[in-house]
Formats: sequence, C-alpha cells, structure tokens
Amino acid sequence: MNMPDLAKLIFGRLTIEAIPYHEPILIGTFIAVAIGGIALLALITKHKLWGYLWSEWFTSIDHKKIGIMYMVLGIVMLLRGFSDAIMMRAQQAMAFNGNPGFLPPHHYDQVFTAHGVIMIFFVAMPLVTGLMNYVVPLQIGARDVAFPFLNNFSFWMTVAGAMLVMASLFVGEFARTGWLAYPPLSGLAQSPDVGVDYYIWSLQVAGVGTTLSGINLLATIVKMRAPGMSMMKMPIFTWTSLLTNVLIIAAFPVLTAVLVLLALDRYAGTNFFTNDFGGNAMMYVNLIWIWGHPEVYILVLPVFGVFSEVVATFSRKRLFGYASMVYATVVIAVLSYLVWLHHFFTMGSGASVNSFFGITTMIISIPTGAKIFNWLFTMYRGRIKFDVPMLWTVGFMVTFVIGGMTGVMLAVPPADFLLHNSLFLIAHFHNVIIGGVIFGLFAGINYWFPKAFGYRLDPFWGKCSFWFWLVGFWVAFMPLYVLGFMGVTRRMNHFDDPSLQIWFQIAAFGAFLIALGIGSFLVQLWVSYKRRDELRDVTGDPWHGRTLEWSTSSPPPDYNFAFTPVIHDSDAWWDMKERNAGRRLEGYLPIHMPKNTGAGIILAGISFVFGFAMIWHMFLIAGIAFVALIATAIGHTFNYKRDYYIPADEVARTEAARTEELAAHV
Amino acid sequence: MSDMHATPSAAVATQDVEFWMKEDHHPANGTLLGFWVYLMSDCLIFACLFATYGVLGRSYAGGPSGADLFDLPLVAVNTTMLLLSSITYGFAVLEMQKNRKGSMMAWLIITGLFGAAFLGIELWEFSHLIHEGAGPQRSAFLSSFFTLVGTHGLHVTFGIVWLITLLFQVGRLGLTPANKRRIMCLSMFWHFLDVVWIGVFTFVYLMGSLS
Repeated sequence: MNMPDLAKLIFGRLTIEAIPYHEPILIGTFIAVAIGGIALLALITKHKLWGYLWSEWFTSIDHKKIGIMYMVLGIVMLLRGFSDAIMMRAQQAMAFNGNPGFLPPHHYDQVFTAHGVIMIFFVAMPLVTGLMNYVVPLQIGARDVAFPFLNNFSFWMTVAGAMLVMASLFVGEFARTGWLAYPPLSGLAQSPDVGVDYYIWSLQVAGVGTTLSGINLLATIVKMRAPGMSMMKMPIFTWTSLLTNVLIIAAFPVLTAVLVLLALDRYAGTNFFTNDFGGNAMMYVNLIWIWGHPEVYILVLPVFGVFSEVVATFSRKRLFGYASMVYATVVIAVLSYLVWLHHFFTMGSGASVNSFFGITTMIISIPTGAKIFNWLFTMYRGRIKFDVPMLWTVGFMVTFVIGGMTGVMLAVPPADFLLHNSLFLIAHFHNVIIGGVIFGLFAGINYWFPKAFGYRLDPFWGKCSFWFWLVGFWVAFMPLYVLGFMGVTRRMNHFDDPSLQIWFQIAAFGAFLIALGIGSFLVQLWVSYKRRDELRDVTGDPWHGRTLEWSTSSPPPDYNFAFTPVIHDSDAWWDMKERNAGRRLEGYLPIHMPKNTGAGIILAGISFVFGFAMIWHMFLIAGIAFVALIATAIGHTFNYKRDYYIPADEVARTEAARTEELAAHV
Repeated sequence: MSDMHATPSAAVATQDVEFWMKEDHHPANGTLLGFWVYLMSDCLIFACLFATYGVLGRSYAGGPSGADLFDLPLVAVNTTMLLLSSITYGFAVLEMQKNRKGSMMAWLIITGLFGAAFLGIELWEFSHLIHEGAGPQRSAFLSSFFTLVGTHGLHVTFGIVWLITLLFQVGRLGLTPANKRRIMCLSMFWHFLDVVWIGVFTFVYLMGSLS
C-alpha cells in the first residue's frame, strides 16, 4: 500500500485544506477560543482542580450536579448561538446598495444554519433538561432519578453533539441548508461536502442523550414520587415536565429515523429523498416536522411550568385552576402531534388537508389561552412581589400573547401562502421562543439559583438583564414583522431595495440591546458570586415557596431528604409550613445512594470520535470506535456494584449542622 | 389522609398527620417500565420506516417489484425460525422462574441459535437480491425495503450480542435479582422484535407478493 492510500484509509477526506485558514473571521475566532481555552485549562491545572472536577462533577450521577452541568452547557452555547445571530443582523443591516457586507454567501448560509441548530438543540434543550433534572426529583421528594448512570451518560452525549457542531467551525464547515436540512438541497448531489454530515452526526449523538433522558425522567416521575403524591397532587412544574418527557420519547425517535434515512442517502446511495429512482423529498419534510412541531412544545411546556410555580409563589396564592392547568397541558401535548403540516401548507396537499391542519393549529390557542387566564387569575388579588423571576413572568405574558396571535394568523392557510418563508414567520417564532422559552428559562434560573448555590442572584443586574432583553426583543423583531408583511423572505445574504435598509438597521440595534441583556446576565452571575455573603440563603426557602424543593437546605445535601416526605397537598411545602410540620430530627437511617462512574463520559467521548470519523469518511477509525463503544458498554454491564450507603451518623451530622444554621439565622 | 384542598389556611392539629416517613422509603424499581418505554420509542423508529415503505414501496423506478423478487417459501422458513426463538425464550423465562440456571441457559443458547439462523437466511436473501441487481440503490422501493428489513435484522444482531453477554453474566453470578431483571428486559426486546417481524412479513412480503 502506498502513502496516499494509507493517508486516505486513516484520514478519509480530511486534508489540511479543511482548516479554514483563509477566512479571517474564523481564524480570529479560533485564536480567541484557543487562548481562552488554554487559559481555562491552565487555571484548572494551576489550582489542581482536575481531580475535583473529575470525581465531583464529570463522573457524578447526582441529578443536581448533572442539572447544573446542563445549564452551564446551555449558557456557553448561548454565547455561540448569539454570536451567529449578531453576525446575521450586522450583515443584513449593511449589505445594501451593492455593499456585499462582511459575510460571503457561503459563510452566511452556514451561520444561519448553525444559529438555528445551536439555539434549539444545544441552548434551549440543555437549559430545559437542566432545569427538569435539578428540580423534578426535589419536587417529588426523591433522592435521585430512576437511572442515575443513564442521566450522566445522556448529559455527556449532549456535550459530544455540541462539540461536533463546534468542531465544524474550525475543521471543515457546517451545513448550508437551514436548520432542518431539507433534501434535495441536503442530499449528496447538492451538498457533497461535510457540512450536512456534521449536522447529521451531531444531532444523532445528542439525540441518543435526549431520548434516554426523556425515558429516565418519565420513569422517575411515574415511579419515584413520595408517598401520598397522587398524580393530581404533583407540582405543576413536575406535570409539565412529565408531559414534556412523554413528547420527547414520542418525537425524538422520528428525528433519529429520518436522519438515518438522510444519512443512508448520503453514505449508501439509497434513494429516499433524491430526485431520481422514485425518491420523494416531501417524505423528509413530513417526517422531520412530525418531530419538529412537538419539539417546540418540548421546549415551551416546562417553562409554562416554571411560570406557574413563579406566579403562585410571588403572588402568595395557590395557583388558580390547578386541574384546568393540568388538562390544558395534556391537551396541548396531544394536539402538538396533529398540526405538523402547517409548516408547509404551500406544499400543495389540497384544501381539505390544509383546512384540517389549520383548524387543529388554531385549537391549540384555546388551552394556551386558558393557561394565560389561570396565571392572570392567580395574580388577581394576590400579594404580588416583583422580584426578578416575576418580572420575567409578566414580560412573558405580554410578549407571548402577541406571538401566539401572529401564530394564529399563520395558521390560516390563505394568509400562510403570503407569509410562508417570509420574515413574518421569523418574527413569529422568535416571538414565542424568546418571549416564551428564553424568558421562562431566565425566570427559572433566577428562581432556583439560590436553591442550587445557596445565594440569590443580584437583583439589580437581573433587572438590567430583563429590561435589555425585553426592549431588545421588541426592537429586534417588530421590524421583521413589518418586512415580512412587505414580502421580504428569510435567509437573504444581501438586498437590492434600499428602502428596506432602515428596518434592518433598527433590528440590528435591537440585537445589540439583547447583547447587553446577555452581558448583564453574565455580570449578574459574577456580581452575585462576589456578593454571595450578603445574598446568602440560610433558610433554604428564600421566596417563601410552596413546593418540596424549598424544604431542603440550599444547596440540598447529596441525599436531598433525610426522611422521605409524606404528601397531603399539591403545594406540599406550603401545607407543611401552614401546619407547623417542622423537621424530623432523630431516628436517622443509612441512605442508599448510587455510586459515581466514569462510563458515561468515556462512552460519549468514543461516540464523538465515531461521529467525527464518520463525517470525514475515516471508516477504519469509525469501525474501531464503534467496536470500542460496544465493548465499553458491555464492560460497563459487568459492573454490578453501583451503589453505596451514606452512614446514619453522617446524615445526622449533616442535619445537625443545618439545625444549627437555622437556629443561628433566627 | 385529611382533605386539605379547600382550606389550605386552616390551622389543624398536626399530631395525627405524618409529614416525614420514619422507615426507609423504597421507591418501586423503574427498570422494567423504563425499558418498556424505550421499546415504544424504538417502535416509533419502526413506525417511521413502515410509513416510509408505505409511501415509497410502489416506487419501482422501472426496476423489479416485490412480486418479482420475494421468495415466499424462504421467508416462511425464516419467519418460523424467529417465531421458534420466541417460544424457546419463553421456555428460558419459565426455567428462570423455577431458578434452574442450567436449563435456563440451555434454552437461551437454543434461542440464540434460532436467531442466528434467522439472520443467516436474511443475509443470504440480501446478497441474492444484490447479485440480481436489486440492491438498495436501485429504487426507492428497494431503499425502503432494505432499510426496514435491515433495521430489524440489526436489532436481532444486537439481541444476540446481548444474549451472549447475559449468558456470561448468568454463568458467573447466577440468577441474581439483577440478572433476572436483565433476562426479563431481553425477553421484552426479543418478543418485541417478533411482533415487528409479523408486521414486516405481512406488510412487506405477503402484500408485496400480491402486487
């Protein structure tokens, strides 16, 4: 075998040309990332933190730590996804009158694709999953999730997927197809390079994690609730999490299947979505939206739960219409499977089919409207405190209702024929995703941060962040509604009509305001850390909360609850406080806990290698990685000793320390 | 348990109400539920592949159709292999419930052999089709046929790998509760593949031969 053959066997189609050294923006980014990365690694090494990180975090199967790691991943990726956003806004604001802007089309198309993929899969999903992971076991009085190892594994698979997307920045390129990679554009004939393969493998690797975490949380909620917590006594956030995970389990396999088919078209020469040999590209569009529409509810249902918790807590009232809230959530979850075709009314399915999907879409606004009224009635005659989580909630209610109304407009097929693929659509879904999901996540972060870290977040910078985001959102996206009405389509690199430019400049200014909002949030984290002694939460219940997570110390001990609580009410902790339940201070028992394991991070690392090798057609390495993956997984099943006991006297010591702290506080 | 829904603010004497469990709380094991839910998610993957076959299964692109290609007697033998393997897995579970490790393992080995026979026939059929020029690239019909049947075969392959792993584990550690749980999970997996195959046999082979 000669040298080129050997190189091809090992490196596939990866050559030095794949490194984009001729693109100054990418080189600049790479240098910045490299310097930042090396500085971070050096700091960790200098402070000898590797052992601590490995044994306390990376291999941890504690749902609280995994939840926090999900949040960190989401926030880091938010910075990447937002950089893409601000580049697009800047490009479109300046690319007029023959000015080509600073992003050539080849690069610009990757930027908008990466923006969508990252924001949905690696920002919104990890943040939502992180909140559920942290909060749900505490709310149901459990000590961990049903499958603690799988939880760790799911997290690292999500990280591996995110790393594949990040790798595409510096090795090769990302897809230029838009975030759902419709064929035939994403097929081999039109996209022969690695971009779509990065897309496929990053989503497949992360998708394994998402599906498993959905199964895990479902089993947790069904099997591990504290005694007395019947379904209709579950906290509302747990309810929305339950339905979210049902949606994850029922939707993500469809994504997996459709991406497998696309991969077969690209790797094995099959003809599912090609233009020849009987392929049908619309099959892809149907399948991916059968996943894609439930996906938006996967993102928004948990934050509906966050708003429900926040609005009840900060109004000092029981949530108005608990049962109707549960039923509304169930109805939304079911309907989310009956509307997918509204994403492509223009495909030409005929008037009857379009009418059916238009009507089901409009019906979703009914349970959603019921939720809005429930929140309003909870606030009505409540003693409302406008802390930061409540600000986000009120901002959400105003913003989301507008986004919902433009959604109903788009649900009318004749209107959709005019607005399809226009900036009106872009404005609509950012209106509901920013105004709903992102606002909800910030509400949730501000609400549960003291539980996770033992001190509250600084309210001043929290308010700055809120107002910059709120005003920035309106300034950035109202011009897009206007432009959409004028017929401007999405994904344009430059424009010829100079009269449009002012709207894009206003939108760019809005994006700048949102940048200040994100900056304020980072400052908020830093300032809060600096002022942590002033902001300390000793009671474990800083907001006078209603659900069980507030009965524990902040942060909670590894075992969450020294004694499993017995539930008599949906607002279990409020009920305990009302009836002076107190803490139980004697008769501690040893607590059965799962043991840490490195198997999750190792399996995910091998999956990353496998995905990277498949992308670059390094089939030898891919084969080795696949065999290693199976062997490691089998090896892990030979480990039967996965648990240990926290001795009773250690529990007694931890609880005594808390008793002392509480006494000192009063 | 008192009904406190209507009067959350009423102060009630708490002596007779327990708020914390005195004894250890053992939540129900979620493995079987979790595995069952995983199977349902896997079932959705098959549902997508069936749907794709349903849409593309008549797109011959001028190439051969199912009636031209399928060898029903061979598929009948193949189906028999898989159905027999399901029965023998059932015998293995019966032996497991009687705590007879040796005969349980023997039935598992027989199950694995039937599974391997199924796979062998399927691979022979695939290579035969490819040699006839009816490979997965030939038409959308053949793409969806090979993917649906091949995905099922891949599942059977993983089932056999898992079965061999379990044989080692049972051989080494015996019929412990953990191993029994694993045998039950694989049992669900194996029967699930059987059910999927009934769909493949009917929907792909029988109906394909009629067209």
